[in-house]
Amino acid sequence: MFPSVDDVSARLAETGYLASRQVATTVFLAARLGKPLLVEGPAGVGKTELAKAVAEVTGSRLVRLQCYEGVDESRALYEWNHAKQLLRISAGRDETWDEARTDIFGEEFLLPRPLLTAIRGAEPKVLLIDETDKADVEMEGLLLEVLSDFQVTVPELGTITATRKPFVVLTSNAGRELSEALRRRCLFLHIGFPEEELERRIVRLKVPGLGEALAESVVRVIGALRAMDLRKVPSVAETIDWARTLLELGADTLDETVVRDSLGVILKHQDDVLKAAAKLDLDSL
Amino acid sequence: MSTPAGVTERLTGLVGALRAHGVRVGTGETVDAARAVEALGLADRELLREGLAATLLHGTGQRAVFDPVFDLYFPRGVGAPDGEPADRGDLRDRLAAALADDDRAALARLAAEAVDGLGGYGSSPESDGWSSYQTLDRLRPQTLLARVRGSVQERDGGVGFADRLLDDEIRRRIEAFRGLVATEARRRVAERRDRDEIARRAVAPTADRVDFLFANRAQLAELRRTVQPLARKLATRLAARRRRAARGTIDLRRTLRGSLSTGGVPLRPVLRRRRPVRPELVLLCDVSGSVSGFSDFTMLLVQALHDQFSKVRVFAFVNRIDEVTALLDHGRADPEGLSARIRSGATLTGWHGSSDYGVALGEFAERYGDAVGPRTTVFVLGDARTNMSDPNLPAVRHIAERARRVHWLNPEQRALWGTGDSAAPVYAELVEMRECRTARQLGDLVAGLLPV
Ligand SMILES: Nc1ncnc2c1ncn2[C@@H]1O[C@H](COP(=O)(O)OP(=O)(O)OP(=O)(O)O)[C@@H](O)[C@H]1O
Ligand SMILES: [Mg+2]
Repeated sequence: MFPSVDDVSARLAETGYLASRQVATTVFLAARLGKPLLVEGPAGVGKTELAKAVAEVTGSRLVRLQCYEGVDESRALYEWNHAKQLLRISAGRDETWDEARTDIFGEEFLLPRPLLTAIRGAEPKVLLIDETDKADVEMEGLLLEVLSDFQVTVPELGTITATRKPFVVLTSNAGRELSEALRRRCLFLHIGFPEEELERRIVRLKVPGLGEALAESVVRVIGALRAMDLRKVPSVAETIDWARTLLELGADTLDETVVRDSLGVILKHQDDVLKAAAKLDLDSL
Repeated sequence: MSTPAGVTERLTGLVGALRAHGVRVGTGETVDAARAVEALGLADRELLREGLAATLLHGTGQRAVFDPVFDLYFPRGVGAPDGEPADRGDLRDRLAAALADDDRAALARLAAEAVDGLGGYGSSPESDGWSSYQTLDRLRPQTLLARVRGSVQERDGGVGFADRLLDDEIRRRIEAFRGLVATEARRRVAERRDRDEIARRAVAPTADRVDFLFANRAQLAELRRTVQPLARKLATRLAARRRRAARGTIDLRRTLRGSLSTGGVPLRPVLRRRRPVRPELVLLCDVSGSVSGFSDFTMLLVQALHDQFSKVRVFAFVNRIDEVTALLDHGRADPEGLSARIRSGATLTGWHGSSDYGVALGEFAERYGDAVGPRTTVFVLGDARTNMSDPNLPAVRHIAERARRVHWLNPEQRALWGTGDSAAPVYAELVEMRECRTARQLGDLVAGLLPV
């Protein structure tokens, strides 16, 4: 898939994803060892974006399973189209029940969901299991099964085995501790906040109109905020939002007024805004 | 790096050290790690570091022990740095310049030179070594702050909004340099002594294995980060039962599956499972001086639980007890502030300032008895050191009889229960008391306490 770590970095960068050495190395290994990649880290550091970028550079189809409280087999794996089945039965053709049953449990009535979609077919795929920690524990059992053998048993159809293993990315925000068994199946990648230099490059790439000096100041202030004890420190997503806002405001340097007026873009809680304003020596808000 | 021949031994050593620090590494992971080495090669040490971390680790907290251990088994170099040992003045000059430029490579080289020039002690092969403490004590990098600030301001003009951040930025760089010195001193020591031994002994444990009672400030800060997910986990476990209880709806999928036997006619609707009871939580927290590290931690847990779960009532005590649930309403994750609010806003002490479990628990049973009912799970958080006064067992018995469950989490190691003024053994006969010294133990408790 990728000849080298540098190749991973270069190709991801072409799609607009700037990977740290750590990220590039781990993606390279996941492809090389054929193992799922578990990505953890705070919100807004580019976990989801990474999976999308990998799909793009490898020419794969992105299959996404968005997890949430209560997501179950019928949403994740497959479901029978009951309405259609009932219609078919009540249409009551001249046939025995056995014949009808064989018919209604055929391909035509199957609704494949992301996990099944990801292991069927020969085209390359990236399976993104997003926010895995939001799903209930029961869901993990299913994931484990699918990620171990890349096969799924549909009682009425038999066992379906992947002809081509998808590249799997699971993301988690550590909302719920994932089980040891699931972790063991995966390579582990923690994406933290980027180093200053990388974050500057991300800002310049995503907000091209922003001057170099301003981009540097933005990243420095964000760094200072992350060192504060806030309820929610700003992530890369907020850095980008802030940079965009500054561009729209037409600011070419940071000053107290600009920072004070736009702090709400970076910080979501009022008490964080107050605390940060005090620490940054902004006059009263 | 040394010859590839030793790589397998190094990998085995590294895995052994990680295991000694409580990181569970199976053979599967070790095989993956070896494949990673093969795929990445040895030329780039940082790639190797990331490759091994990706294959061997399973969680974020483990990285803090992985890095120093990796630095021992795959060191940056061998022996002393090239050239004459530098003198202190020269080192400080170059350090100031490197700090001003935030030049990571130069800082790493300087750490090596500094340990070599300033960190050696002893002369006999048995007692000599390298000390990061001595190095830093002689080099005093923290005193370079003003000088570094001066040269950065001179370079950049010292204007602009971000200039006010400069001091903190330089402090963080100095802090990082101190880390580099510690790494280098460990590397030098490990060359002289048993590397496996150094990797086990001289690398600080992961935050989840630090004793609450002895945690320092930095460790407490780190612990703070481990508590949030634990509280969420506990809350999820409680909430999961609630959610299921709420669903009494028809499960269409299972109904239709069931209908296969009746020719597809859904005769028997299958109801989603319904689970009873909504658990309530009452927390009784010792906030006296003897458990200060623990109660800081307790407060974090309490705060986090409170944010996650509505049915929590919290009581704090020293020798009197008072309800503090209302003080938690601000939803802030700052234990110091909370402790202060509790101390100023609640009546926790009577005639004297030392803890008295008997009086406090008696007062609870008397004044707040109705907080505990058949659905209530009670947590007592404290060391059961009651200053030789009457433990008031009837009060505890009374609480235990009314509650669904009572769990007592004791931050002292079990061997100390019953020594001195500890009433732990007599309480433990009435309610379930568990040792809870570290975040890891707490995690295990949370996992085991409440059935999913
Ligand atoms: N390394 C990067 N290169 C380019 N863009 C990035 C990078 N990191 C983050 N971003 C940008 O930050 C934003 C947030 O990324 P994303 O939504 O993937 O975060 P996330 O980690 O999945 O967050 P959450 O946990 O909230 O789902 C995106 O707009 C993305 O483009
Ligand atoms: Mg996401």
